[in-house]
Amino acid sequence: MILDHDVVVLGAGLAGMRAALEAARGGANVAVLSKVHPVRSHSGAAQGGINAAIGAGDSWEIHAFDTIKGSDYLADQDAVEIMTSEAPQDIIELEHMGVIFYRDDEGRLGTRAFGGASKARTYFVGDITGQALLYTLYDQILKADVKVYEEWFATALYAPDGTCRGVVAIDMLSGELNLVRAKAVIVATGGMGRVYEPSTNALICTGDGIALAYRIGAPLMDMEMVQYHPTTLKGSGFLMTEAARGEGAFLLNKDGERFMQRYAPKMMELASRDVVSRAETVEIAEGRGIDGNVLLDLRHLGADLIMSKLPQIHEIALDFLGIDMITDPVPVRPGMHYIMGGVKTDVNGASPIPGLYSAGECACVSVHGGNRLGANSLLDTLVFGRRSGKAATEFVKTVTSPASGEDFLAGEQRRIAALMTRPYTGETHARLRLELGTLMDEKVGVYRDEAGLNEALAGVQALKRRYASVAVGDKSRIYNQALTFVLELGFMLDCAEATIYGAITRKESRGAQSRTDYPQRNDAEWLKHVVIRYGDGGPPKIDYQPVTITKWPPQERTY
Amino acid sequence: MKWTIEVGRYDRTQAPKPGTTRPYPPPYENAPAKRYQTFEVELDDQAMVLDALIAIREYQDESLAVRCACRSAICGSCGMWVNGHARLACISKLRDVAQDGKVTVESPPSMPVIRDLVADMTPFWEKNRKVKPWLENKTPVPSGEEYRVPNDAMENLIQEVSCISCGLCLMDCESYGVNPNFIGPAALAKAYRYSADPRDDKTTQRLGEYSKPDGVWDCTHCYECVSVCPKGVAPLEQILKLRRMAVEAGFTDNAGTRHAEAFADSVRDSGRLNELTLMPKSFGLFNIRAQLASLPAAFNMMRAGKLPPIIHHKIPHLERIKTIFKRLGGIK
Ligand SMILES: Cc1cc2nc3c(=O)[nH]c(=O)nc-3n(C[C@H](O)[C@H](O)[C@H](O)COP(=O)(O)OP(=O)(O)OC[C@H]3O[C@@H](n4cnc5c(N)ncnc54)[C@H](O)[C@@H]3O)c2cc1C
Ligand code: SF4
Ligand code: SF4
Ligand code: FES
Repeated sequence: MILDHDVVVLGAGLAGMRAALEAARGGANVAVLSKVHPVRSHSGAAQGGINAAIGAGDSWEIHAFDTIKGSDYLADQDAVEIMTSEAPQDIIELEHMGVIFYRDDEGRLGTRAFGGASKARTYFVGDITGQALLYTLYDQILKADVKVYEEWFATALYAPDGTCRGVVAIDMLSGELNLVRAKAVIVATGGMGRVYEPSTNALICTGDGIALAYRIGAPLMDMEMVQYHPTTLKGSGFLMTEAARGEGAFLLNKDGERFMQRYAPKMMELASRDVVSRAETVEIAEGRGIDGNVLLDLRHLGADLIMSKLPQIHEIALDFLGIDMITDPVPVRPGMHYIMGGVKTDVNGASPIPGLYSAGECACVSVHGGNRLGANSLLDTLVFGRRSGKAATEFVKTVTSPASGEDFLAGEQRRIAALMTRPYTGETHARLRLELGTLMDEKVGVYRDEAGLNEALAGVQALKRRYASVAVGDKSRIYNQALTFVLELGFMLDCAEATIYGAITRKESRGAQSRTDYPQRNDAEWLKHVVIRYGDGGPPKIDYQPVTITKWPPQERTY
Repeated sequence: MKWTIEVGRYDRTQAPKPGTTRPYPPPYENAPAKRYQTFEVELDDQAMVLDALIAIREYQDESLAVRCACRSAICGSCGMWVNGHARLACISKLRDVAQDGKVTVESPPSMPVIRDLVADMTPFWEKNRKVKPWLENKTPVPSGEEYRVPNDAMENLIQEVSCISCGLCLMDCESYGVNPNFIGPAALAKAYRYSADPRDDKTTQRLGEYSKPDGVWDCTHCYECVSVCPKGVAPLEQILKLRRMAVEAGFTDNAGTRHAEAFADSVRDSGRLNELTLMPKSFGLFNIRAQLASLPAAFNMMRAGKLPPIIHHKIPHLERIKTIFKRLGGIK
């Protein structure tokens, strides 16, 4: 089947729905396409909150500076200025849409403290901020009557003549492949957490859109910048929100010492994430951890505060470890959490490919540079979701509807049919996924070096060869998840490879990239982005992009 | 540890004709391809039912269809029947639900089924849409700043906002079981969320809508929604608040309340009787009064520990309800 819209948004998380809403408001015929129902998107897992400088004594400039310092000066400052200066209006708009933000005594929006921020500027709804935002946006999508293709899994972008003009997707319910043609496509498919094992991300975060855009020639940027969150639960890797430390929780080593005093005497537990994750890794490596973990101690906060402001993590620790954080500290360790890199875009979400836009975690504007501050990602999804929706709506007025595409769809149908009939040779997607995740966590994690990265690259290339013989263990057409898992694994391998190339290329330590063989930040040579383009069979093409500096020249970074 | 997992399966191997791929409607027992298949998995005793299903799907049978994403009761994907009750597979510990090491999982009989453990949630989403779940802004919308509202008014809504749309409540709702048009627990909880939002302008119209047939008066107080909800949303509690608001707003004698009678009959005819559903009938169904009068009994039941403790302290203010009774002449 071939369907037509002006704008198609791939992904229905916060970025995708915000983009769609803006396009609908601009009068475009817009559709959203998502592999899971919109409210199942991973944005719903965001616990802590969303940043904006609204209150007295705060300003967008201070927020911008915190963000830039947090990014280790790799963020593009023009983009950060836009994000932080437009943040207040986006928060107010969310409030007007119905988000039940926490209020202060005067009934105005109230805040909590978050890591890497010099002011308490994080707005929140209990510890379900992401869920509250996601549902409010979904409600707005219903109100605006935007068409949603639910449980449609994108397999390829339609890119005739170097432009992007649509998406091919499997309707999971029927198993049918359809081409949704559009004058502009906004890729908002979120992160790629599952490339790592363990990760705080849901099983659906597999970097699909990043790989899809990469394969049609869109450049990826800052892919080496992978954030490890300092407090993920022992074993399962579930997130213990930074809001716990924002509310005053301590990090302790096995001697009961608040070890952050040796790494970040001013900000302590609330130093930025890369700093805290490294400190924990050192504590554990030097034998001051417990079983590969450190302890997150909330006991002194008291049951009332824990139950009213952090009920969800209380429940998760209880469900998965049987630990009640009111009476006992919780074992945590750094775990893969977020990617700062992604599809390279300008401040309007436009990629260099005409008609291809991107927003949210899969995009790289870049506002997070080497390290994202907590509660800046939700903000990123909304500001740049809105801007990309607007820009795409303007763009579609200037181009004609795509014609044809039947051949492309038929080709994609043949490719999937071939995949389905591939004989079983012993390789399964599950085993390869696990091997990939473990390899990435070991060699491309908090600390990296040349030798390890080369091993990782060789490992991923070997996995790619084995991937070519993975069979689909389900022959049904209806709701065939084996097929989508195999396709996702393909996306993940592309993302992993780009990440490793980025990490090998950047010969310095900055933000989330800590090279033990190049332990210093080197502004003279590396105050620039690494940009990676698909090699189509061969190795990717690597290129650089200068960092935009407006008001804040790089300084040494201490917390 | 070895666990035995019995999975209700629906094989959908034939290629469907385009446009004829609708899911099996309930009752699913009649679906042509239903069968039970047994798997054995090796997992530690902290493992969840979902871990077992993932292990099966990854290493034994890739064709097992099951929705899941977050693995921690956040995304709402993994609602299913576990040993005959609606549960989230991702937070159901095997050791808590297994009987002699065995667990049975299947798509709930109340929902159409797409394949295996993947239910068709369309009824759930349609009901949600029906209550117009979006803010109708009070005007004037404050320009450049937020609405000023007390934090209490926002915190009052957080219970519903915690809903993850897993659908467990609808799957096991007694009323939905006999009347597929019943708007249902989660959607009515959502209805309360917007009706009680001080920033909403359409509260009265909403209450009128929700008082119509298939609305708030169709709930039989069976408590299933309260006991299965993994997020403490307690939909029944929100429904009771809506009823109170509707009565206060003057929607006292309408098709909705009268409909309750017919509904009670249908419950009786379906053979699903219990004390609570009987209550309105035995009171001669003096609409509002009877419905409301049944509440204190229900609360006593809760106090007697027949219901999960979660709603003990969250019941609507009895005094206020009694005031309504007085106003309506129901209580001396
Ligand atoms: C546990 C956790 C807690 C967090 N807490 C915070 C916080 O407190 N504050 C903060 O600012 N940030 C937080 N973050 C980060 C933030 O939540 C995410 O970066 C952000 O929500 C990403 O939103 P998104 O819209 O880009 O993507 P997502 O919400 O992940 O949405 C992606 C969408 O793309 C769709 N999709 C993907 N692939 C395909 C495909 N092949 N075909 C069709 N559709 C597809 C999916 O169905 C989904 O709808 C947290 C992250 C995690 C993991
Ligand atoms: S209490 Fe009412 S809404 Fe809840 S499950 Fe029973 S009948 Fe349904
Ligand atoms: S009310 Fe509870 S059971 Fe019902 S959908 Fe929401 S979270 Fe699930
Ligand atoms: S997997 Fe998300 S709720 Fe169970």
